[in-house]
Amino acid sequence: MHLDVVMLSRIQFALTLMFHYIFPPLTIGLGVLMVIIEAIWLKTNDHSYKTMSLFWTKLFAINFALGVATGLVMEFQFGTNWATYSRYVGDIFGSALAAEAIFAFFLESGFLAVLVFGWDKVSPRMHFFATCMVALGSIFSSIWITVANSWQQTPSGYHIVKSASGFYRAEVTDFWAMVFNPSMVHRVLHVWLGAFILGALFGLSIASYYLLKNKHKIFAERTVKITLIYAAVSSLAMLGSGHFQADAVAHNQPAKLAAFEGHYKTGSGGTCLYAFGFPSDKDKEVKFGLGIPGGLSFLIYNNFSTPVKGLDQFPAEDIPPVFIPFQAYHLMVALGMAFIAMTLLGLFFLKMGTLFKQRWLLWIYVFSVFGAYGANEGGWIAAEVGRQPWVVYGLLRTKDAVSKAIAPEHVIASMVLFGVVYSFLFFVWVWIMNHRIQAGPPLTEDVIADSPKGPPPKDPFAFIAGLLKRGPASLSDSWRGPDPSPPHAQEEVP
Amino acid sequence: MAVDSAHILNLIWFMLLGVLLTGYGVLDGFDLGVGILHLIANSDEERRLILNSIGPLWDGNEVWLVTFTGALFASFPDVYATALSSFYLAIMLILVGLIMRAVSIEFRSKIKIPFWFRFWDISFFASSTMVAFLFGFLIGHLFLGLPIGQDFELQRQSWNFLHPYPILTGILSVATCAMHGSIFLYLKTEGALQKKIYNWIWHTYGTFVVLYIFTTIFTLTQIPTATANLTRYPWLWSVVLFNVLAIGNIPRTIFMKKPGQAFASSMATLTALAMLFGIAIFPNLIVSSINPAYSLTVFNTAASQATLKTMFIIAVIGLPFVFSYTAVTYWVFHGKVKLGKFSY
Repeated sequence: MHLDVVMLSRIQFALTLMFHYIFPPLTIGLGVLMVIIEAIWLKTNDHSYKTMSLFWTKLFAINFALGVATGLVMEFQFGTNWATYSRYVGDIFGSALAAEAIFAFFLESGFLAVLVFGWDKVSPRMHFFATCMVALGSIFSSIWITVANSWQQTPSGYHIVKSASGFYRAEVTDFWAMVFNPSMVHRVLHVWLGAFILGALFGLSIASYYLLKNKHKIFAERTVKITLIYAAVSSLAMLGSGHFQADAVAHNQPAKLAAFEGHYKTGSGGTCLYAFGFPSDKDKEVKFGLGIPGGLSFLIYNNFSTPVKGLDQFPAEDIPPVFIPFQAYHLMVALGMAFIAMTLLGLFFLKMGTLFKQRWLLWIYVFSVFGAYGANEGGWIAAEVGRQPWVVYGLLRTKDAVSKAIAPEHVIASMVLFGVVYSFLFFVWVWIMNHRIQAGPPLTEDVIADSPKGPPPKDPFAFIAGLLKRGPASLSDSWRGPDPSPPHAQEEVP
Repeated sequence: MAVDSAHILNLIWFMLLGVLLTGYGVLDGFDLGVGILHLIANSDEERRLILNSIGPLWDGNEVWLVTFTGALFASFPDVYATALSSFYLAIMLILVGLIMRAVSIEFRSKIKIPFWFRFWDISFFASSTMVAFLFGFLIGHLFLGLPIGQDFELQRQSWNFLHPYPILTGILSVATCAMHGSIFLYLKTEGALQKKIYNWIWHTYGTFVVLYIFTTIFTLTQIPTATANLTRYPWLWSVVLFNVLAIGNIPRTIFMKKPGQAFASSMATLTALAMLFGIAIFPNLIVSSINPAYSLTVFNTAASQATLKTMFIIAVIGLPFVFSYTAVTYWVFHGKVKLGKFSY
């Protein structure tokens, strides 16, 4: 491996991106979970659900701040390390990034303040509205950034022209064709489901831990139920999404699929679908592999005998690395299957009423969150390394995309800087998350006692709250805490 | 340069970028300033008050920078590429500074250990100061011009990175943020802490004025191109007048103990400074010190007209939302800062 600006910049981009991607999928997944829990709180007016909302909001805020801070690095790195790429795709890629900032980031960060600090400053309905807007903002953000990345994988709606400055570059001819490029829809769904699984398993992991330690019983049992259903639905949907996704890669980027599957030689019969193995570039085959003969042909062509295009069908300079995409892809698939198995098993025990006694399964849940991180990171490693040697598939090679104004020592200096800061942040993050999790959710009695007295304040969205509310009683009760009378009696106010 | 109607979108985007940069300066300027002044408070309670005055706001303020950068990438990709790759290490330090600031605010009060507080207090101060300095440093370099070749790439070997002028503008930027932040704190605090800050405003304001006069003299004598547009379009002197009036109004309103008006004047000062920067460089975005013909301008670096138009539509749809979220957040968290159970 030659450590020039290209290789150093690739390593730096990969490491900073992988560190960044610890946070956004968690905030997307947790955002949806927080909307569900707060909706139940408003509906039932049961303040033990408010303790859940408060707990998840605090963990959310820490991860959100880290996501913003590390995300800023990504937005600048296209220019600092990949200036030639930026000149080439700015017309297209830049507009997706700017749209992300205007449509998503402002929405998220504006309402995040209300979500985290506004519990006593706005009415419960306004607070719920803020929670929904933060969740929506994080989802918008994932759409735009995946649009930008998908365009790199499957460029469309552009033409190559000589710009006013004399460089050749890609310019948009059809904005919507650029946005809805061939791989975009499948990939956005895939990213969402990955984030939902992570958010669900994050909640499930913490709640299972509490159950095993015999702490916060009501909180934990409820959270396990909600997150188990959330995780099971997302994992099953992911099975479908994964299939369509692989199918799309086979058509759009056949060399990438061949790398995922370690498919060196096209051959004559059906192509094997490996469960695991060790691809060897030297011998051009997968060693110690276990697979279904003809399986890949079946998934793509619906029969076991049509050969899938192998790496030998591509010019040598267009062949991606095989080992990393193969392992990352197979790790992701294996983890996805494991999520389906363990969540369905959990639902079965839940139905039987014995889930909370299955300590072995709860221990698996505790560690499953690491699996979810692994699957999310693994999927992106497979997608990005599998796209090589291109930075924009078929248009611009990675080696030609780098900044001309920087030298290897610059990149080494910034890598050392980020290496030190990120390692430190990682340990602090783990420590604080652990501290928060060990502290647990607040007590319901405390939350009721702390609830503000008097009528809820008028806020800019009071008229929206007025339109949404079903009766004056339910609004001020969520604010003040339950009255001595049973909460259900108030539901029927006309 | 005569501006024809075919390039009207280039001008609109130059101005929109100006609006975004001004928004960033006016908003993040005060929370950087709050960080610079953080250590003047002695007790833990005072420091938490200072931190929580920007607690719900700093994150939204930083989004202006994210949006400015994204919009620059989309509208003038060559400027984005040249500026960021030229200022490589300074940009990396800004990023690290912004990260450390974010986590200092977020982590400081999460664990109740004195050593922990102390560490994050110093980190909050140091990172805020470094970021404020580096932004001023970059703007100073943009005033001076960079050795840009015909290929729009920096010729690093002929670049004096540590020229005194950018260092002066860096210090001016720290002083400007400190002044803006102290007036913001004056607005948000009460009691003994407010009295202490009241005294600090005179220091920060005085430092700002002295450095500003110094920088102006340096600019007028050393960088003749900075005033070329003022000569060409004399009506732009109104911006200079506006700037002087805004700066003059700050001590008057502070003396009359009207923090709201003082903060408005401080915002006006930062806005005027951003406008003067725009006037000084237009129509260039990055001036080449080798040959003016190699400068990156709003015309030769712009994205396609189609993209400028699409982006303009996105901005027209998006900006009203942006202003309304910002208004909602500032409305919900208006008034004096108080410590509650959800505070940092």
